[in-house]
Amino acid sequence: MEIYADNAATTAVSPAVVEAMLPYFTDVYGNPSSLHTSGQKAKEALEDARARIAAQLNCLPNEITFTSGGTEADNQAILTIAHKGAKTGKKHIISTAFEHHAVLHTLEKLKKEGFEIELLDVHSTGVIDPQQVADAIREDTCLVTIMYVNNEIGTIQPIAEIGRICNEKKVIFHTDAVQAVGHVPVDVRRDNIDMLSISAHKFHGPKGIGVLYARRGILLENVIEGGAQERGKRPGTENLPAIMGMAKALEDANALLNDDIYAAQPELIAKRDRLIAGLEKIPHGELNGDRTRRVGGTVNFCFEAIEGESLLLLLDDKGIRASSGSACTSGSLDPSHVLLAIGRPHEVAHGSLRLSFDNSITNEEIDYMIKAVADTVDYLRNMSPVWRDLQQGKRSFVFPE
Amino acid sequence: MALYSEKVMDHFRNPRNVGVIEDADGIGEVGNAKCGDIMKIYLKIDNDIIEDVKFETFGCGSAIASSSMATEMIKGKPVSEALGLTNKAVTEALDGLPAHKLHCSVLAEEAIKAAMKDYYDKKGIEYDEELFAGVGACHMCESGHE
Repeated sequence: MEIYADNAATTAVSPAVVEAMLPYFTDVYGNPSSLHTSGQKAKEALEDARARIAAQLNCLPNEITFTSGGTEADNQAILTIAHKGAKTGKKHIISTAFEHHAVLHTLEKLKKEGFEIELLDVHSTGVIDPQQVADAIREDTCLVTIMYVNNEIGTIQPIAEIGRICNEKKVIFHTDAVQAVGHVPVDVRRDNIDMLSISAHKFHGPKGIGVLYARRGILLENVIEGGAQERGKRPGTENLPAIMGMAKALEDANALLNDDIYAAQPELIAKRDRLIAGLEKIPHGELNGDRTRRVGGTVNFCFEAIEGESLLLLLDDKGIRASSGSACTSGSLDPSHVLLAIGRPHEVAHGSLRLSFDNSITNEEIDYMIKAVADTVDYLRNMSPVWRDLQQGKRSFVFPE
Repeated sequence: MALYSEKVMDHFRNPRNVGVIEDADGIGEVGNAKCGDIMKIYLKIDNDIIEDVKFETFGCGSAIASSSMATEMIKGKPVSEALGLTNKAVTEALDGLPAHKLHCSVLAEEAIKAAMKDYYDKKGIEYDEELFAGVGACHMCESGHE
């Protein structure tokens, strides 16, 4: 059996999306900036895609800027508002401790430029309280940037409430919605969002393409310089095949969602909960993040006394493609900052496992994953000196039964 | 290219000498759960020969493979060879490790040295302290914890 359970890393491009992209490689291949017929056909397609994506997000077409992906969109949004704020002496930015590195590293750069960065606590639930934002906003706050859905643990933030608070206090609100769009119903008007970042490859679209939505009136600061594309704010010839693919992928993904953010995909949620219930039978492990305020396709657990990379490699041998937040898999010395932010101690954060999937997964595959994880955790614990110490009472459990 | 060599994957998937020696003559444990690696080596020594060796490891694929390879390299060998085992020799025997995983082979070398030191201490055998200088310190994170 082969199960791809790493959708939060990236998804397969759906056949319908590939189909939607193909004409723009070989047929409508003109440069949208060219005046001739070939170019103008491409320009029409580009503007059609922009309008369709705007309709999906409930914004205006000219509020959409195409970028190379979520990382670029995050960078541009944050730098734009920070530098605008600095001009009027507003150099305080509010975010959370478990943002994606595209946000956190941009904020670190701003800190070196003299900005004050306040990272809100995300609690053991991985969900912030909107009141924290209300309490943190000051006279000199220029930006609040809080992710819609966390990429590692899948928890959903109360974005509409946070947006309302920011609007009332006249502070720009940006959300990294890379893991939300296409997974929960996102509506920038309902959610009071000023700026939002999207990446197509998280919802069965192609890689290398994304969107920065910026509410009318927000003048973007260039991250790169060049020609007049995207009103001069994101120069470079438009990646039309990818843009057409993204528009199709977003329409297809949203067509599967209903209006309830916490129950957007009931069938998928039932499978997620079946997986959670199965993995919870493994002793001395725990689900990471709130049980219900989470997207349908992401489950993240910590298991005591084992290390995540070993678990991943052995699961890979069993056909399961998963992910972990251990230091060995992050390429750094520390385990996932997300797991540390929700209060997991280092030693159990090393033993984390993320399984992320879409509704194409079957109950049979869910059950196969439960058994494979249980067997592998058991096998690794049997060679772990930490497990032996725990059994003999020489060390205390982080997750007592 | 895959992350690990075939040798590493073989020793990771089929680790040799996993387990515990209940009446071990020397036991060495190095690493720290906080850093994500702990290796424990058990030695049975008779007549200056490593009669038996077992290991337990909490760690990544290369940590398990390094432990397995290191135990195989000293089993049945004179203690002098166990003491002389270097992380470089373990790495070479595994057909190399990625740069950020080299500390796993260091842990394997040190776990064996720590077990030898324990053996000498238990038997009251005198030894040159220099031989075990730095063993058990965390070379990975330099945070200075024990």
